[in-house]
Amino acid sequence: MSEPRVLPTDYVTKPGEFKTSTGKTLRTDEMIINMGPQHPSTHGVLRLEVVLDGEIVVDVIPHIGYLHRCFEKHAEHMANYQQVIPYVDRMDYLASMNNDWGYALAVERLMKIEVPPRVEYIRVIMAELNRIASHLIAIGTYGIDMGAFTPFLWCFRDRERILDLFEMTCGARLLYNYIWVGGVSHDLPLGFIDKAKDFCSYFRPKIKELNDVLSYNEIFIKRTAHVGVLPKDVAINYACSGPMLRGSGVDWDLRRDDPYGVYDKFEWGVEIGKGEKGTVGDCWDRYMVRVREMEQSLKIIEQALAGIPEGNVQSAIPKRIRPEQGEIYVRTESPRGELGFFIMSDGTASPYRVKARSPAFVNLSVLPEISRGGMLADLVAIVGSVDIVLGEVDR
Amino acid sequence: MSPQEIFDNLKAKFGDAIIESKLDAPQPWIRVAADQTKEISFFLRDEVPFQFDSLMCLSSVDYNDGNLGALYHLFSMTHKHKIVLKSYCSKENPHIQSVSAVWGTANWHEREAYDMMGIIFDEHPDLRRLLCPDDYPGYPLRKDFKVPEFYNGMKVPY
Repeated sequence: MSEPRVLPTDYVTKPGEFKTSTGKTLRTDEMIINMGPQHPSTHGVLRLEVVLDGEIVVDVIPHIGYLHRCFEKHAEHMANYQQVIPYVDRMDYLASMNNDWGYALAVERLMKIEVPPRVEYIRVIMAELNRIASHLIAIGTYGIDMGAFTPFLWCFRDRERILDLFEMTCGARLLYNYIWVGGVSHDLPLGFIDKAKDFCSYFRPKIKELNDVLSYNEIFIKRTAHVGVLPKDVAINYACSGPMLRGSGVDWDLRRDDPYGVYDKFEWGVEIGKGEKGTVGDCWDRYMVRVREMEQSLKIIEQALAGIPEGNVQSAIPKRIRPEQGEIYVRTESPRGELGFFIMSDGTASPYRVKARSPAFVNLSVLPEISRGGMLADLVAIVGSVDIVLGEVDR
Repeated sequence: MSPQEIFDNLKAKFGDAIIESKLDAPQPWIRVAADQTKEISFFLRDEVPFQFDSLMCLSSVDYNDGNLGALYHLFSMTHKHKIVLKSYCSKENPHIQSVSAVWGTANWHEREAYDMMGIIFDEHPDLRRLLCPDDYPGYPLRKDFKVPEFYNGMKVPY
């Protein structure tokens, strides 16, 4: 475990404290630095208005909305519920399968549709594959933020294999529109199961490689341990979710604690941050939860591939989606955390109101809390560890 | 704790501020007075039998009958129970008490609701638009919203 870094606690400099050798007093005002919208480490178009005293962050004011595409307004104006799914895809474009599932599940719960077991298994496989793909991006780009270029290329190489599997299944590599209300758009193609099993056996050693080169790298640990500590109670008060919450040591996973799908049929564990390299809830913990979650996802995929039942994948797709009057809030565990859909139906064919509670939006709102008092360079580490996708923050 | 017990407790404590409820719905809800949302939220968060420490989602709805609503989906990480609070205000006087002092996550949710639906959350520390530009005319998610023909002198193409 590394020693905690000591930052000056009384960091606000007093007027007149600094003088040149000729006796002239220097100004010691706070200043505002704009980080973004085109800053590479903001992973998209996010603007951070940073108030600095020297190099120490006094306050951070995030400005979002650059990618706002009126998802909620569009959803109200669709001709039917099914047409919303492509829009949902484009919210979190790194984990479209999980988004599709979240929305489809909300509509299914609203209409009380039971989906066949084969569909449930396919959904679990797809969602977990996509979770690995999404975590690979999070880890790879986080490495880049910290100055490590190689792991980024490795992550993209392995992610490519997952995208190949998706392309094989539904023809699309990024935005799938695969999970429909009541079913999925295509059954698994011939040879998918073997290829997916191959991927699992291929990928497991790669995690170890990744750990060797990045996770336990001394420089990387120095940059991330003890940085951006998010205490447990703050995390819960700000409704953080996913790796962000688990990194703070809260044993909480919606796949287990608010069950959906067939996750209860498999053996897997919830990974939480333990503060191995620094404090519980620091950037390294959040990062490491993602790495370990990929192993758990592999476990789930392997069990699901082994036990997948036969059946028709489209038998439960309703001819006409017209839920009764009512409202429902359904949440699922996307790679970034709790993805919730609030859907209100007035009995017509199109939704009356759809609100997407996106995990990245909520996780980002805690950023000012955890970056105050740190260094400006740490801010890059903190933003990277939150793992935001701006498409989802702005919707 | 069952929704019925939560309702009974709230009714006993706050009386007229608990306006109506539907406890047999798939997700039971309780409607509370808009000017006492904060007090009731503090009560629900801090009292040991409830401990609603997590605000899952805050949604805003235009009911198209002159009313706007804010919906608070609450969850307790300790007791694992859920409840939905609702709070209505009229379109002419859209004021609801802010709960951002109770749950930090409400800060951005309320800003979004203000931005999209025009609900003014009283006592909010920083009520600015969140997703739309600061000078955007109107509140886009209201059902009577019309896209302006011109925005800052530029013609809106569709």
